[in-house]
Amino acid sequence: MTGFLIEILQVLVVLIGAPVFVGWIRTLKCWTQSRSTAGILQPYRDILKLFHKDIMLAENASWIFRFTPYLVFGVSVLAAGIIPILSVDLPLAKTADVIALIALFAIARFFIALAGMDIGTAFGGMGSSREMMIASLAEPAMLMAIFTVSLISQSTSLSQIPHVIAYGDFILRPSMAFALLAFILITLAETGRIPVDNPATHLELTMIHEAMILEYSGKHLALIEWAGMMKLFLFTAIGIVAFFPWGIAPSDNMAAIPLALFLMIIKFAVVGTGIVLIETGLAKMRIFRVSEFLGSAFLFATLGMLSYFILE
Amino acid sequence: MNLAAQINSVMAALILLTSFGLLVQRRMYALLHIFAWQGLFLSISTAIVGYVSGTHHLYISSVLTLVLKVILLPYILHILIIRLQIHKEVETTINVPTTMLIGIALVIFSYHLTSPIRELSTLVTRSTIAVALATVMLGLLMMITRKHAVTQIIGFLSMENGLFFAATSATYGMPLVVELGVGLDILIAAFIFGIFFFQIRTTFDGLDVDQMAKLKEED
Amino acid sequence: MTLLILLSVSFFAAVILAFIGDRKFAPEINILGSIVTFLAGIFLAVQVYMYGPIITGGKFFFVDAFNIYLVVLTSFVSMTTAMFSRRYMRHEREHGRVGHRGMRFYHAMFQLFIFAMLLALLTNNVGVLWIAMELATLSTVLLVSLYQTPTAIEAAWKYFILCGVGIALALFGTVLLYFAAERILGEGGEALLWTNLNQVSDKLEPTVLSLAFVFLMVGYGTKVGLAPLHNWLPDAHSEGPTPISAVLSGLLLNIALYALVRCKVLVDGATGTHRAGYIMMGFGIISILIAAFSLLRQKDIKRMFAYSSIEHMGIATFAFGLGGPIATFGGLMHMLAHSLTKSSIFFTAGHASQMHSTQEMDRIKGLRRGNPLVGWGLILGAIAIVGMPPFGIFMSEFLILTATMKDAPLMTPLLLIGLGVAFAAIFRKVQPMVAGIVPSYQKSLKASHIPVILHLVLVLIIGLYMPDFLSQWFHKAVEILK
Repeated sequence: MTGFLIEILQVLVVLIGAPVFVGWIRTLKCWTQSRSTAGILQPYRDILKLFHKDIMLAENASWIFRFTPYLVFGVSVLAAGIIPILSVDLPLAKTADVIALIALFAIARFFIALAGMDIGTAFGGMGSSREMMIASLAEPAMLMAIFTVSLISQSTSLSQIPHVIAYGDFILRPSMAFALLAFILITLAETGRIPVDNPATHLELTMIHEAMILEYSGKHLALIEWAGMMKLFLFTAIGIVAFFPWGIAPSDNMAAIPLALFLMIIKFAVVGTGIVLIETGLAKMRIFRVSEFLGSAFLFATLGMLSYFILE
Repeated sequence: MNLAAQINSVMAALILLTSFGLLVQRRMYALLHIFAWQGLFLSISTAIVGYVSGTHHLYISSVLTLVLKVILLPYILHILIIRLQIHKEVETTINVPTTMLIGIALVIFSYHLTSPIRELSTLVTRSTIAVALATVMLGLLMMITRKHAVTQIIGFLSMENGLFFAATSATYGMPLVVELGVGLDILIAAFIFGIFFFQIRTTFDGLDVDQMAKLKEED
Repeated sequence: MTLLILLSVSFFAAVILAFIGDRKFAPEINILGSIVTFLAGIFLAVQVYMYGPIITGGKFFFVDAFNIYLVVLTSFVSMTTAMFSRRYMRHEREHGRVGHRGMRFYHAMFQLFIFAMLLALLTNNVGVLWIAMELATLSTVLLVSLYQTPTAIEAAWKYFILCGVGIALALFGTVLLYFAAERILGEGGEALLWTNLNQVSDKLEPTVLSLAFVFLMVGYGTKVGLAPLHNWLPDAHSEGPTPISAVLSGLLLNIALYALVRCKVLVDGATGTHRAGYIMMGFGIISILIAAFSLLRQKDIKRMFAYSSIEHMGIATFAFGLGGPIATFGGLMHMLAHSLTKSSIFFTAGHASQMHSTQEMDRIKGLRRGNPLVGWGLILGAIAIVGMPPFGIFMSEFLILTATMKDAPLMTPLLLIGLGVAFAAIFRKVQPMVAGIVPSYQKSLKASHIPVILHLVLVLIIGLYMPDFLSQWFHKAVEILK
């Protein structure tokens, strides 16, 4: 029973926390650029505003276009129930391991790409093709990085990882360092951050994710935006589970939840700072350089796996 | 695994990483820095192994590496590339993804090749010998793929790093006289390639070794 | 003591010549140093001949029948080359191809090269052997680029890079060897001494030694000039000054082969099989065939004889790989005969190209009438190198062929094809150069008589009648290499 309570609590945390996390990143960014901020809660206001607006549908929009926002949002909520963010004691965690989780995200991405092409505008198609190119490069690297972690924890279940890393002996593992490096690069690409994509731009030539959802409005746009924030949040959560799982509550331990929540907030704040540092330090790269960027992610992930075999 | 061995394998991982960095880095200055880092990791690793095994001559070898590979050679190369005015040069002909894939294959190959040694050895460093061979192989790959005289030399020196690392991890270092002799040879080699750069520079139009393709079997 | 003189003379000569190498009397100093080295070598050889193998200098040096004959050969050929280079380099200098600095450099590096080779031969330590081999490479790299022409620099760069890579792999092999030896002999320098290693070779771990041999084979094989790692060799030989081509071809390749053969003996002892021998046979036969067919296409005289060196090194490697008393004897003799013949050929070829101011064979004509010594020297050298009786190479090739027919009959046709093609190629090219009328652009020059005549007479003697002491040496060496 406690499991279900934690489950619900965690989904709520993700739903509420994701906009705050994005708000935190934006606020920090404003500070580094000496601009005045819109406040950490601004993403809520954006989403709320969009929910109040009418939906404008293109004449030739098919069911895919209307269905996609719900699917994408649903996938994010489902993933929020699987990834151990607060506690490893999640009933849903048994339904999907980390590979299935990546497949879930792939489904969402696939439908967004379809929806981007559905209307038939040039931008949508361009965005979709770029997104799929990035996906085709990022996903193998992602799997490699995940495999490395799975090798160490001897399981592809995310709930198993904290058992080995956080509750076991502390060992310096070069493989983990490589996998982490790869994971950071992939997360930047997957969640459309600089240097791969710029979430704040609507420049025709450079946008990727924004190009695909250019035709969305109102409630649909709100759902997609929200799901996008959750995706960033969830990828960060996966990273935390896999590489810094200290503090995540073990099973059957309700008392550890408050501490886990507190640590989670700190970890996310730190990660947010890291993202801002990366984004202010780097410029967006040309789309054709992305293959090299993700190539190095793949390299790191493979090196991680190799050094697991070679050195550990 | 005790802590020292863990640190040593982290160093091994870093050496491997720097090898890949050298392989795909296009900018001359950055290459030089990565090379110096590789030397530093090697030196630290040698010192750690010396500490763990109680082999004191490894300290000398570590200092030798530090002086030669971290300070002297990068400094000489630095002076050279400034004198030759190539410090801003960027190599554009590298195919990064393919090179990386070949590199990864080489690492696996080295792992496979060194497995008999790993099984026989009782040293704590036995696992790093695959990395050592991989460093040698990656240096070799770098010499093959790069077309610039200076980068080829950096590849060569990185191979030497791999060899030192191999000696340390397989046997706790070669006898001192051999290590000193090898160091001396590298130093002489450094002077020779220094002279070479200027010869190539004055005779050809820059340091691209692709221009040197006259000596072939003509039909 | 003799050993110390042997090594130190060339070293100090190198140091002195680094400062005064451009003076008028520098070539004489160069010759003097080489003569003293040679005499010391002879003296040492007599000692070994009378009292057996010597281990000295805290086990750092050792001399047995195998390396002493190479020591004598090395010091002899470097002596005659020094004599040859006196006239040759004077000519080059008068024609402005080398300056003051170049001469200093040339003389110093020549002596350093000799020092490195002698050290490689005499040392008892596998690691020091490697260091000396590397030193030998490094000292000749800049000699290859001495003329500073684009092609010379290209050749030197290729030489530097390829041999650098090769020798690095050989060091990895040495590390593996040390790894295996350390488990038996304990840590420290003792574990790298040939004398110790040979005693315990049957206890060394076979898998590790096989792996080590692959690296050593590729590494030292590059220096021997075995195909497919031979690319540096024709370039370096054709672009460098001729005395350097002579010593590279006549000596350095031998030293590298020496290192390889020592390793092979060790590995065969450890594995108890003949695997290392098969690898060497494979490399050898490929080198023979590739070199033989490349010979057909050559236009440059020095380049052609460089390919011939690859071919002959292939034959010697094949012989050592084959093993057995006859083949090993043949291999040892082949190293000796080839070294003497090839350096004398390079002497005459160098003079021939000086006379015509080109190395292109199409433009070299009428040598016999223009300068009888050069003409006859070249044609006799060519007869000797293609393995015609009564010269020494005929004998050694005959021995090797006999052993091949007995132990590896399937290889015989390949070997014969290689020898036949090489014969045809060299003869076809040499004859027009020697015969015919003197072209208008041919210049006369004062050739060095002594080295050419001396070498050819020696090769002839070996072919006709094997001196007793030499055959005893070889028999002892065969015992060592069993």
